[in-house]
Amino acid sequence: MPETTYREAVRDALARALREDENVFLMGEDIAEMGGSMAVTQGLLDEFGPKRVRNTPISEMAIVGSGIGAALQGMRPIVEIMYEDFLTLSMEQLVNQAAKHRTMSGGQLKVPLTIRTQGGAGWSPGAQHAQQLEAWFVHVPGLKVVFASTPEDVRGLLWSSIYDDNPVVFFEHRTLYPVKGEVPDELEPIPLGKARIHREGTDVTVVATGRLVHDALTAAEQAEQDGISVEVVDPRTLLPLDEETIVESVKKTTRCVTAHEAVTRGGFGSELTAVIQHGAFDYLDAPIERVGSKFAPLPFAPVMEQHVVPHVEDVLDAIKRTVARA
Amino acid sequence: MATVEERAGSGGRRVSEEDLRGFFREMLLIRRFEEKVEERFRAGDLPGFLHVAIGQEAVAVGVCAALEREDVIASTHRAHGHTIAKGTHVNAIMAELYGKVEGCSHGYGGSMHLYDVEKGNLGANAVVAGGIPAIVGAALTFQLRGEERIGVVFFGDGATNAGTFHEALNLAQLWRVPAIFVLENNSWAESTPNTQHSPLPTDELGKRAYAYGMKLIEADGQDVEAVHLATLAAREHALSGKGPVLLHLRTYRLTGHYIGDPQIYRDKDELKRERAEKDPIELLRARLELSDEEFEALDAEVTAEVEASVEFAQSGTDPKPEDALKYVYA
Repeated sequence: MPETTYREAVRDALARALREDENVFLMGEDIAEMGGSMAVTQGLLDEFGPKRVRNTPISEMAIVGSGIGAALQGMRPIVEIMYEDFLTLSMEQLVNQAAKHRTMSGGQLKVPLTIRTQGGAGWSPGAQHAQQLEAWFVHVPGLKVVFASTPEDVRGLLWSSIYDDNPVVFFEHRTLYPVKGEVPDELEPIPLGKARIHREGTDVTVVATGRLVHDALTAAEQAEQDGISVEVVDPRTLLPLDEETIVESVKKTTRCVTAHEAVTRGGFGSELTAVIQHGAFDYLDAPIERVGSKFAPLPFAPVMEQHVVPHVEDVLDAIKRTVARA
Repeated sequence: MATVEERAGSGGRRVSEEDLRGFFREMLLIRRFEEKVEERFRAGDLPGFLHVAIGQEAVAVGVCAALEREDVIASTHRAHGHTIAKGTHVNAIMAELYGKVEGCSHGYGGSMHLYDVEKGNLGANAVVAGGIPAIVGAALTFQLRGEERIGVVFFGDGATNAGTFHEALNLAQLWRVPAIFVLENNSWAESTPNTQHSPLPTDELGKRAYAYGMKLIEADGQDVEAVHLATLAAREHALSGKGPVLLHLRTYRLTGHYIGDPQIYRDKDELKRERAEKDPIELLRARLELSDEEFEALDAEVTAEVEASVEFAQSGTDPKPEDALKYVYA
């Protein structure tokens, strides 16, 4: 299936898992007849029926919590939290229950649960429908965290998440759903914890996630016109993190920019920065630059929204700041 | 499961005397176990928080005896009784309280996280109401697979004010999953009495089931026979396809919230009266008309089991510190 959208790639992984494995089922708000608020699950109800594609009440704790219970019985539930802002409503179940059953039981239990969610700015959703909260979950031992940026990656990573025996919080970015990319006919699972080098370069490494992977690639092309060679790495899995690939890249380039749409302060870029400064301290020729949103709830008016979130030029400016240190 | 006999002339059912004696023994075992836990905690042997359910033994025993081996339960921070009643040996529980490898959670859980998956115990939960939704999901799985099993979750009256409770019961009834929600109502949310935590009088808390169109079954939580029969009826209903049951059992916490709780919030005379009138073990002892000799013989037996559990725990294996990270991921 060449030239597939990110949305179709997610749907393809879901459909294949539902087709091949009776332990897989979907739960979430408006995912059945409506096909989900982002139309990702469209058509799945028709093929798999209401027992396996289940609309739920607006009850995020019960959605995640019942997913946990089914996972404890050996099912592989995939639950959808419509917007990642609403993950906050399910935090108790995610953080205190899903992440901890295995340890608290001394290894008797496992929780093969996938929690799909999406978010992102760029369409004036306002402060409660666009947050990028992935860093919160990286702080919780027992969870895995994935953030895919391309059609090929989103399909292969979702498959691996479904078949991981741990709870995985799987982030999709709203603005990426229509993005097209080459996706092989055969579904190739992409192992969790493996970064992807999108573009090789020698002067600066940009470690980017989600939408910012695409902005980083554009910034890299523009930087090249100024004679700056940029390597772009997408960790894809934030937890576990492929530290080796990232550190090795920075050792080679000696400079680094982290880039995500989430607010900079306490964002995943902060963790990346700590990992890189420790792993590549003797190689660094410039302070690591962090690109992210300004520290504000997202305002509604498009001009203010665009002021808050990072863009290609923010990444490019950060690249230039690192090389300016010579 | 106990033998249930028809009660001649009354149209009701009852539990055979032999089974009631078995229940008595188990309730006494739980009581002596928890008294020992209090003693060892005060002696400084046991780390962590400990909550005993002295006064609530008829709930644990009456409910669990009505379940089949493959039914699953989830429990609360006050879990020792439920765990014993679902079949975990006291040695494994005591060893867990001592933080030993031989413990039922291998030293990773403690009193508030007792697990025994082989026995169908999916774990005790230290977040009030936190364990309820998982039982909905477990029961959904049984429904999807067409298995004759149910999920049972214990929680207190305090939990009925948590959003988790409402979300879970709503979803459970919507999907008619085979589950029993055991409202173990001791009328205290830690130190806060029912009058301060619920607009409903304590005896009417079960009415919350009606908000979800859910079947409500109620019984005197101090009467193990009543609890048992109510649970059997609840299990039957849960498996009928009509949906889950809220099983409201009014019970009494005859001690503090935690071991060492001075209970400054509680009326001393009332507590004294409850201890004199509501002790489920004394009530059953009187009903069974146990002679002093019979009682003492049973007591000596269960006390010896409890003593042995302490020895077992004390001679258990300490976990290796570095094993702390062993089960973060599967």
